[in-house]
Amino acid sequence: MNKKKVTEFIGFALLRLSIAMVGLILIIILYDIISRGAGKISWEFLTTMPKNGMTEGGILPAIVGTFIVTVITAILAVPLGMGCAIYLNEYAKDNLITRIIRMSIRNLSGVPSIVYGLFGVILFVQLMHLGTSILSSGLTLGLMTLPWTITASEEALKNVPNSYREGALALGASKWQTISTNVLPYAVPGMLTGTILGLARAAGETAPILFTGAAFYLPFLPKSLSSQFMALPYHLYIMSTQHHAIDKVRPIAYATALVLIVLVFTINLSAIALRYRLRKRRME
Amino acid sequence: MKNLKERSIHGLFLLNGIFVVTVLLGIFFLLVFTAIPAFREIKLTEFLFSADWNPTSYYKASYGIVAMIVSTFMVTIGALIIAVPIGIGTAAYLSDVASPGVREIAKPVIEILAGIPSVVIGFLGIVLVGPFLAKLFGLNNGLNALNGAILLAVMALPTIISLSEDALKSVPTTYQQASLALGASHWQTLIRIKIPAALSGILAAVMLGMGRAIGETMTVLMATGCAPAMPGSFFDSVRTMTSTIAIELGEVPYNTTHYYALFGIALTLFIITFSINMVSDIILHKQQRLTK
Repeated sequence: MNKKKVTEFIGFALLRLSIAMVGLILIIILYDIISRGAGKISWEFLTTMPKNGMTEGGILPAIVGTFIVTVITAILAVPLGMGCAIYLNEYAKDNLITRIIRMSIRNLSGVPSIVYGLFGVILFVQLMHLGTSILSSGLTLGLMTLPWTITASEEALKNVPNSYREGALALGASKWQTISTNVLPYAVPGMLTGTILGLARAAGETAPILFTGAAFYLPFLPKSLSSQFMALPYHLYIMSTQHHAIDKVRPIAYATALVLIVLVFTINLSAIALRYRLRKRRME
Repeated sequence: MKNLKERSIHGLFLLNGIFVVTVLLGIFFLLVFTAIPAFREIKLTEFLFSADWNPTSYYKASYGIVAMIVSTFMVTIGALIIAVPIGIGTAAYLSDVASPGVREIAKPVIEILAGIPSVVIGFLGIVLVGPFLAKLFGLNNGLNALNGAILLAVMALPTIISLSEDALKSVPTTYQQASLALGASHWQTLIRIKIPAALSGILAAVMLGMGRAIGETMTVLMATGCAPAMPGSFFDSVRTMTSTIAIELGEVPYNTTHYYALFGIALTLFIITFSINMVSDIILHKQQRLTK
C-alpha cells in the first residue's frame, strides 16, 4: 500500500467513526429512556391523575394538556402560515421588500424559544388579558411555529414547476384557478410535511409555556381555554429538577420522557411517511 | 364577478401576509419597548460591562450581564468544539462515501435526533451525562459547563450535519471529476477540493448550529447547575442568559426594574441570534447563487 492509500484509509475511517458516534448517541438516548421508562408505563399511568404530590398516579392531565395546546398551535399556525407562504410565493412581486420579509421570516425561525415565551407574556398574558392560560400558551407556540410553517410551505410551493402555472394561465384560467387546480394539489403534501414537523417541535417545547400557562401540579383536566394546564415537557422538567422528592419520582420522570418522545416521534413519523409516499407518487 | 372573486382572494392572502409580518416584526418592537424602562434605573454601561448580576440584593441591586454572556459563549463554543468535527465528518461520509442504503437510513436517524425535545436532552444531562462526568473527573456533581456543552453538541449536530451535507452536495461534480482525473484519491479530492469549495455553506451550517445552541434554554437550565457567577473553567457551574430568564421570570413581579431587565437580556439574546442567523443566511444564499 502506498502512502496515498493509507491516508485515504485513515481518513475514511475517521468519517465512519463520526457517523458511528452520531448513531451511538441516538442509541444511548433511546436505550436509556426506553429501558428505564418502559417498566412504569401502563394503562393506568396513561389514564389517571397524579396523586400524593405527584409521587404516584398517572400523567393524564399532562397528556391532555399537551394535546390541546398543540391543537391551538395548529389552528393558529397552519392556515396563517400556509396563506402567508401562498401570498409570498404566488402573489407578491419579487422586489426588495418581499426579499427582506422573506429573510426576516427565515431568521425568525432561529430566534430562541424563550424569547417567544417572553413575547407571549407581554402580548397575550398582559396586553390581551388572556392571563396565564392554555390559550396564551397555544398562541405563543403558534407564533413560534409560524416562521417554520411559512418557510417549509414556500419551499414546497417553489418545487412546483412553473410550467404547471403557465399551462393553466395560457388556457385562460384566472390566478386563483391556477393556484387552486394546478399548484396546490402538488404542493399541499409537502406543505403539510413541513408543518407537521414544526408542530412536533412545538409539542415538545418547554420554554415558551413556562410563563404563559403551564402549571406545576393540577390534578384535573383543563376546564376551559382560560385555565392553566399541565404539559408533558413541563411535567418532565418539574419531575427532574423541582420536585421535593426527586429520587423517588425518577421512574415517573423516565416514563414521562418516554411518553413525550413517543408522542413527538409519532407526529414526526407521520410527516416522514407522508413525504415518502409523495416521493413515490412523483416517481410513478 | 370573476374579477371580484379574484381580487378578494388576492386581498385575503395579502391581509394574511401583512398580519403575519406585522406580528412577527412586532416581537422585536415589543421586546424593545419592554426592555427600555429597565434603563431608566440601570446604566447601559453597567448592564453591558459589569459581571455582577444581583437584582434582589438588599443594599444595592446590580444588573450586569457579562458573566451570563461569558457562560453562554463558553457552553456554546464547547458544544461547537465537539459537534463541528463530528458533524462535518458525518456530512462528508454521507455525501461522498456512504452507499444509497446507508444514506436512506441516516436521514431518518438524523431527523429523529433533531426531533428529540430539548427537555428530554436536559433530563439525560441530569441522569446520564452528569453522573458520568462526576465519576470520570471525580467531581461532587456533573452539573457544569462541560455537561451543557456535550448536550448542546448533541442538539446542534443535526443542523450542522444536514446543512453541511447540502453544501457538499451542491459542489459541481465537474470539480470532483477533474480532481480524480488528475490522479487524486477520493480522500484528497474531498479534503482539498470539495470541502474548500463548500466551505462557505459549511460555515453557515456551523453558525446556524451555534445560533441554536446560544438560544437553547431547557438543556442548559437543567444540566449546568446555574450558579450565577463568572465561570473559571468547564468544571464550574454556569448560568447562561437563557437560564437566567427561565429561573427569574417566574419569581419577579410584573413591571419592576428586575422584570424589565430580564426583557433586556431577552433583547440582547434576540439581537445576538438574529445577527448570527442573518450572516449565515447571507452566506448560504450567496453560495446558492454561485452554484446555480
